[in-house]
Amino acid sequence: MAACAGASPAELVQALAGLGDVPAATDLRGTEQGLVMLRGRMGGDGNPFNLGEATVTRAAIRLPDGRTGFAYQLGRDAAKARTAAILDALWQGPERAAVEAALAPIRDRIAGEAAAKARRVAATRVNFFTMVRGED
Amino acid sequence: MYVAVKGGEEAIDNAHGLLAHERRGPISIPDLSPDQIETQLALAVDRVMAEGSLYDPALAALAIKQARGDLIEAIFLVRAFRTTLPRFGNGEPVETGAMAIERRISATFKDLPGGQVLGPTFDYTHRLIDFMLAAGVTPPLPAEVETEHEATPRVTDLLDGEGLIEQELRDDTVEVGDLTRAPLDFPADRDLRLQALARGDEGFLLALGYSTQRGYGRTHPFVGEIRFGEVMAEFVPEELGFAVPLGPVALTECQMVNQFHGSAELPPQFTRGYGLVFGQSERKAMSMSLVDRALRTREFGEDVTAPAQDEEFVLSHCDNVQATGFVEHLKLPHYVDFQAELGLVRQMRSEYAARQQELKEAAE
Repeated sequence: MAACAGASPAELVQALAGLGDVPAATDLRGTEQGLVMLRGRMGGDGNPFNLGEATVTRAAIRLPDGRTGFAYQLGRDAAKARTAAILDALWQGPERAAVEAALAPIRDRIAGEAAAKARRVAATRVNFFTMVRGED
Repeated sequence: MYVAVKGGEEAIDNAHGLLAHERRGPISIPDLSPDQIETQLALAVDRVMAEGSLYDPALAALAIKQARGDLIEAIFLVRAFRTTLPRFGNGEPVETGAMAIERRISATFKDLPGGQVLGPTFDYTHRLIDFMLAAGVTPPLPAEVETEHEATPRVTDLLDGEGLIEQELRDDTVEVGDLTRAPLDFPADRDLRLQALARGDEGFLLALGYSTQRGYGRTHPFVGEIRFGEVMAEFVPEELGFAVPLGPVALTECQMVNQFHGSAELPPQFTRGYGLVFGQSERKAMSMSLVDRALRTREFGEDVTAPAQDEEFVLSHCDNVQATGFVEHLKLPHYVDFQAELGLVRQMRSEYAARQQELKEAAE
């Protein structure tokens, strides 16, 4: 689900296409945009408080064999959420390995970008040194 | 009072047409895409998300375009948009301790575990206009250093052992106040105050934070830590019953550590002010933490002597959409009001003139 949330719409379409013929899914509930109230904690670790909302799109589908799939994703992309829900349903059954394999490039891309960002950030780390005072 | 008046429909339509024309500007200059705004004016987008109280960078970028760069107008648009959507529920509280750090500094501990990283900052720039940007120069790739993953605990956890620093209470069974669902009532608890501050106007909170530094409700603050980066937003849908990751959310967090002399009930210790803001906004997060601490007077038995400590004053005036609405309503037709006032002033003037005449006659 994290890979699906971080994927671009095109990546998810490609992942689904890579699984070959997928049975047509029906909507368990119409794909819709909504809000989730994001929360923080006082001091970072205390009681929760409402920080502000985020747009979230949710999809719920059913495959002909009865498997259901869900997706809740930041943003307003209905097609992407529905694709993610289909992948979620497929993952519940024999296609699990194939779904994992189809998502692997997305995971690799996300991990690669995170690592590159971490390396760039690491280059801005401050190495303090103390000047030694010459006493004699 | 303003009364309904009719007329002006054509003028309004044409004004909006003119607005669209002016928004586009000269056709000889390329149209600005929301993608460009989202990625190249990212801090404006962050401000609109924070004060619009809605995390959606693409929407905020579009709002900025529609508002011609007027950020408060963009914030208004975002606030209006959110009212059109149903709420699925409340997210799990974000775990800022697990943030993918892009910037982390402390003014109190030089050698904190995980280190201090500057990240993309304006600090230490010379604030000289860079004319190379006008020439459209592509900057060189930034430096990279191989890194091992190192935990970055919150600075406020470091002094735990000695009890020198105030501990937050953590109770997830308490009901969390929501000012978008129930009007603010005073006194307001800290959860509501933090929600109001998180969406409050950056300039207003900056000025209030500054006022505490200048002595109007002094709190002796130190920046324990500022961190910026992404955390995973999580939500537990009813039908699933477990937390699903919604996607990464960029946040700035500020832990302000403040001196406190202690009271009859509490030994001397450092107290805390907290700031948490959507996107990268250190100024806002710092201001928020200063004002959060200033507002905690009831907890520490402090006298309310300054504006920043007065929760009714701060919370009633920190929302720039509310403030704009009331200030700008003055330009709506007040014709009847003003006619009434005109009549009153004329009457008072004639009475005044009559009194003057009587005095003059009496003197003669």
